Amino acid sequence: MSDDMDMDEGGTIKKFMFVNRKAPYGTVYALEALEVVLISAAFEQDVSMAFVDDGVYQLMKGINTEATELKNFSKTYRALDGYDIEKLYVDQESLAARGLTEDDLLVDVTVMSSAELAAMMADQDVVISH
Amino acid sequence: MKFGILVNEGPYTHQASDTAFKFAQAAIAQGHEVTRVFFYHDGVNNASRLTVPPVDDRHVVNRWAELGEKHGVDLVVCIAAAQRRGLLDDNEAKRQGRDANNIHPAFRISGLGQLVESGIQNDRLVTFGD
Amino acid sequence: MLHIINKSHSDRSIETVLRLATQGSAILLIEDAVYAATTGNVIAAKIQAAMADLKIYALKPDLDTRGMAGRVMEGITLVDYAGFVDLVAAQPNCQSWL
Repeated sequence: MSDDMDMDEGGTIKKFMFVNRKAPYGTVYALEALEVVLISAAFEQDVSMAFVDDGVYQLMKGINTEATELKNFSKTYRALDGYDIEKLYVDQESLAARGLTEDDLLVDVTVMSSAELAAMMADQDVVISH
Repeated sequence: MKFGILVNEGPYTHQASDTAFKFAQAAIAQGHEVTRVFFYHDGVNNASRLTVPPVDDRHVVNRWAELGEKHGVDLVVCIAAAQRRGLLDDNEAKRQGRDANNIHPAFRISGLGQLVESGIQNDRLVTFGD
Repeated sequence: MLHIINKSHSDRSIETVLRLATQGSAILLIEDAVYAATTGNVIAAKIQAAMADLKIYALKPDLDTRGMAGRVMEGITLVDYAGFVDLVAAQPNCQSWL
């Protein structure tokens, strides 16, 4: 579609943060949120993803969707750095509250304290939630 | 000021579409511009031309259509989310070999790039969802 | 930042926002989140404590719609939809907690 091909926004670069707070599979939001992130790569913006509350579950290793026949999209998180989307911020408290550590996650992330994440969020131009 | 709006939920089940509409209406009344409303996830259902709400209740779809038509607001439905949920315009219906189309003519189907663009080009992007 | 919350305090969003909102931010309670603005609710004390660092608003049309307009806590500012728009315009950015 021609309107999607015209990515020249006059050189404006904004800080886009995509906030993920929902667990995967119980609802579609995690998957459809990822689709927005992938598209955003084409616009050369300053993109980051934040995983907070149940959103941290999206990054679990060992997801196996055979029995539910839901579409497994774990590999899409692993593909993000190929799209130059490398800023994945995970909320430390959300991990701890779920008995998880960085080792349980399938991609490299930056774990942040509440204060660090709060400051990062406050600094964004655009925050998209699902 | 230029506003972009993201609506993540469909009509009636959640208040999101109502709140988004009232926000858009108020912004326009104050002389701001609402350049685009992007409908994602179940929000694509706000574009169905087949809804038949009770006559003594607000008509969510028509309200959006009128707002779009009267104030030049671009009402965009995400193609991927729409396809998943069976919302097709005439072009899409023909392309996919379906015998009917159901998108209200005031809305146009496009890609997620339109959402990212809305974030870049507007002063504020506000999300309404669940 | 303007933090927009729409679910009642039975959901944990309000707690997360109170933890992640920087000083000088504003919180706007809309839709079912307006119940958190009412007296005697279980997180009233947390909301009141937050007022030291954050400005807290509630959307009056949503309070009216829920029959709660007469039960709003001291210190919470009520706004209508025009006020909602003003809040979004006044803060440099906004985030909806869904």
